[in-house]
Amino acid sequence: MSYPVEQNEKFAAYAHPERLVSTEWLAAAIDDGALNDGKLVVVESDEDVLLYETGHIPGAVKIDWHTDLNDEVTRDYVQGKEFAALAAAKGISRDTTVVIYGDKSNWWAAYALWVFSLFGHEDVRLLDGGRDKWIAEGRALTTDIPSPAVADYPVVERNDTPIRAFKEDVLAHLGKPLIDVRSPEEYTGQRTHMPAYPEEGALRGGHIPTAASIPWARAAAEDGTYRSRAELEALYLGEAGLAEGDDVVAYCRIGERSSHTWFALKFLLGFETVRNYDGSWTEWGNAVRVPIAKGAERGSVPAVATR
Amino acid sequence: MSTQALPTALAEIVDDFQAVSEPERLQLLLEFSRGLPDLPERLNDHPELLEQVVECQSPLFLTIETEKNDGASPAFRLFFKAPPEAPTTRGFAGVLHEGLDGLTAEEILAVPDDMPELLGLTRAITPLRMRGMTAMLGRIKRKVAAAARLHA
Repeated sequence: MSYPVEQNEKFAAYAHPERLVSTEWLAAAIDDGALNDGKLVVVESDEDVLLYETGHIPGAVKIDWHTDLNDEVTRDYVQGKEFAALAAAKGISRDTTVVIYGDKSNWWAAYALWVFSLFGHEDVRLLDGGRDKWIAEGRALTTDIPSPAVADYPVVERNDTPIRAFKEDVLAHLGKPLIDVRSPEEYTGQRTHMPAYPEEGALRGGHIPTAASIPWARAAAEDGTYRSRAELEALYLGEAGLAEGDDVVAYCRIGERSSHTWFALKFLLGFETVRNYDGSWTEWGNAVRVPIAKGAERGSVPAVATR
Repeated sequence: MSTQALPTALAEIVDDFQAVSEPERLQLLLEFSRGLPDLPERLNDHPELLEQVVECQSPLFLTIETEKNDGASPAFRLFFKAPPEAPTTRGFAGVLHEGLDGLTAEEILAVPDDMPELLGLTRAITPLRMRGMTAMLGRIKRKVAAAARLHA
C-alpha cells in the first residue's frame, strides 16, 4: 500500500478497511498535494458518459467503463496491453494508490475497481458515497481536464479465475450460494419496463435457480455510503443465509450492480471466494438450455443443470 | 438513410454532428444538454406526468401539447425535464427538442425510428446508451400519434 490507509471507526469494523476512503480523507489528501507526484490518482467512472465533463473532483481523471475497459470486438474486457496503455495514460503506475468514485452510489466505480482487480492492481479503493456525497457536501468541483504525466505501467495478464465467473462456472456452482442483486421485479421475471422502453435485453425473465434476492441498493445507505458491518452481516449472513467461508457468486443484468455487492462481500465482510458473474442476466436469460426459476421463490437445483 | 427524410432543424443538427470528430460530438451533445429549456412553471408541479422508469435508466419527464393553427395541422410543443446528473439523457432530449419542437404530427411521425444513429455517437457512447435516445424518440412519436388520433 503506497498511500496511508484511512483510520476511522466505521471502516475499522470492515474486513478490509484499506479499501475505502471517505470524502473528508480525499479532500484532505488533495489539499496536501497527494495528486502531484503520481502516488495517488483519483478516477471517476460513471454510468453517464458526459457527467465527468459537467464537473468533477479537481485532479480526477475519467475512465469510461464501456469504452475504456471493454474490448471493441470480443465481448470481454481489455487485455493486459490495452490496460497498461490506459493506466499509463491516466498517470497510474503499478504501485499507485487509485481511488475510484462515480455516480449512482458507485455502481460503475465498483465495476471499474473490479476490472482493476482482474489485473491484480494492488491498491485500489472506493470513495465511500461516491460522486453524489462529494457534491452534497459542497466540495470543490472543476471542469478542468488534467493532463497527467504518462506513467509506466507493466503489461500484466488478466487473471479472471479468482473473482470472475463465466456461465459454465455458474452452472457448476449451482447448489452453492448465489446472490441476485437486481430489483425484485427483475428477480421474479415480471416485465419491469414501461411500453416504449427498451426491453431488458433478455428473452426470458426470472433468476438463476437457488439465487437469493438481495437488491444491491440495500447495501447502501441514503447517502450512497456502504452500510455498517453489522448491517451488512444482517443482510447477507442473516437474510441471504450466507455462512462464513462460503463460495459466493453475485450477478445482476450486466455485472455492474453486482460489482457493488461483490465489493461488499469481498472487502467489507471478508469472504475469501466471491466471484462476479458479469455475463449476468443478459447472458443467462438468453442462453440455450440453462435452467431458470420464476417468481419470488428461490427454486431448486435442477437435475439436468450440470449436463 | 440520409438526412433528406428529416425535418429541416433536425437535418441541420445531424449535419453538425457528422461534420465533427467523435470527441467533438460528445462536446456537442454536452452543449445540447446545457441548452435544454427548463419546464414552464405550470408543468413544474405535476409529478403525475413524471414517468416511472426501470432502475437502470435516468428519470425523464416528457410531455407534449398541441397548438391550434388556423385551418392547418396543429403544431406539437415538446417538454422535457431530466436531472443535471443525467447529461447524456439531457443531451438527447436537447437534440430532439431543438429538432422537433413546433412541428406537425405528420412531420414528427415521418422521422425514421433509427434517426439517432445518424448522429455518429454510437462508438463514442456505446450502442447500449444509444438505445436510450431511440426509446425517447419512440415515446415522442407514440404520444404524438395518440394525440393526432384524438384531433382527427
